[in-house]
Amino acid sequence: MEQSPADNREEPLVRIRGLRFRRGERWIFDGLDIDIPRGGITAIMGPSGTGKTTLLKLIGGQLAPDDGTIEVDGRDVHALSTTGLYRLRMRMGMLFQSGALLTDLSVFDNVAFPLREHTRLTESMIRKLVLLKLEAVGLRGARDLMPAELSGGMARRVALARAIALDPTMIMYDEPFAGQDPISKGVLVQLIRQLNDAADLTSVLVSHDVAEILQIADRVYVISGGRVIESGSPTELAESGGEWTRQFIHGLPDGPVPFHYPAPLLADDLLQGAVC
Amino acid sequence: MLNLLGGWGLQALTRLGRAHLLLLPLFRGLTEILRRPSLLVDQLYSVGVLTLLIIGVAGLFVGMVLALQGYNVLSRFGGDTALGFMVAASLVRELGPVLTALLFAGRAGSALTAEIGLMKATEQLSGLEMMAVNPECRVLAPRFFAGLLAVPLLAALFSCLGVLGGWMVGGGLLGVDQAAFWNGMQDGIDFNDDIINGVIKSLVFGFVCTWIAIFQGYDCVPTSEGVSRATTRTVVHSSLAVLGLDFVLTALMFG
Repeated sequence: MEQSPADNREEPLVRIRGLRFRRGERWIFDGLDIDIPRGGITAIMGPSGTGKTTLLKLIGGQLAPDDGTIEVDGRDVHALSTTGLYRLRMRMGMLFQSGALLTDLSVFDNVAFPLREHTRLTESMIRKLVLLKLEAVGLRGARDLMPAELSGGMARRVALARAIALDPTMIMYDEPFAGQDPISKGVLVQLIRQLNDAADLTSVLVSHDVAEILQIADRVYVISGGRVIESGSPTELAESGGEWTRQFIHGLPDGPVPFHYPAPLLADDLLQGAVC
Repeated sequence: MLNLLGGWGLQALTRLGRAHLLLLPLFRGLTEILRRPSLLVDQLYSVGVLTLLIIGVAGLFVGMVLALQGYNVLSRFGGDTALGFMVAASLVRELGPVLTALLFAGRAGSALTAEIGLMKATEQLSGLEMMAVNPECRVLAPRFFAGLLAVPLLAALFSCLGVLGGWMVGGGLLGVDQAAFWNGMQDGIDFNDDIINGVIKSLVFGFVCTWIAIFQGYDCVPTSEGVSRATTRTVVHSSLAVLGLDFVLTALMFG
């Protein structure tokens, strides 16, 4: 693996400074600052539409910011050449919300895909590695199935095995618990923690599943309106006095995020058009 | 109204520009194909072999209809011995390349657009990018070159089966002298003027149809409605481009 320019363990692996990004006229991020420390699980939370997935795409260099910088392991992601960016991505794994498995390949071939693309390992070595990765996610027995034959939870576990195939430094998880049953959620929570600790990874999770995040994250950032509203350990956030964080963590229907979409007064609305 | 037209024109030009920009990575992907020819072979099967049936059946019937209609006209002037030449020339110069391209756009082009569009909608292309694999070289380029190679081969097959169909009807059903049928064809068809020009046409059509199909899939809005619209656009744009280009090429070659 390539030598990192910032080998200092104290330095954050991902450093985001003054990030600004907009879609059309709407600013998704407006001066976002985040540090993601090495070796832990950092969660980024916020309601739907706050740009959590967009943030992962910005970190992975799939989108370019309007302003600000994102450094991964000391390198400015958006100043890298295409070759440099691809070299960096080989050290990043990403678990997409849909799994993003290649539908024309079997489970085995999906996990083998990055190994075949980026290494010159023999097929017998690739076979051993793939089986080990599938064993780690508990799906060695499903290696001959096609993606269409997998449940949502299984597809994400296969995608996780594929994400760790090249032994990355960092894994980004995009809404890993969305739409999962309680058993699948439990399995994914356990897997994310185990993989992070066993392989000394840095994990970045974006999610709005409060219970699961508070269970496994070492540090949580809550974002809204394009900025970080609050950050800290799960315990600190659970005890937070901040109105916004309290509404989000405890799922309160009304608060700084109003229940009602902006509208004129109900009485005015009802009287309008009334026939005398 | 003027605003609307201007906006529409700008949008169309922007798309055209994006389509041209896509050609660069497609040709760059040729190095990946040379390194791993199996990528091309797999796609040749999908876009070429799986299109064989529709091309074969269509070619046979078009040849048979040509013989019937041609005989009707030629026999009035006692020229039924020129039936072989007429069938072959119509197929090799025009109907082979044009109909093959139209059928290819409907069968393989729409499938290419839908496949690439769905890969985009289900984040498979993003997934490849994040695995440090360039989707333009790995996914799009093999499909592009497979289409480029498949159309001339399919057009040749279309023309051969068309001639066979014409011979079956002319020689078998209508009683045209078989020696005259084949001799007329041999004497009348010129290798450079007819066959090479037909091959050039089908190469151009193959390039255009596959390029349109791949661009529409890659550029589509990643939703079910977006993929459906892109698939329709592929068939419409390819068909119109083939017919328009056929006129230009025919004017240049035979005009």
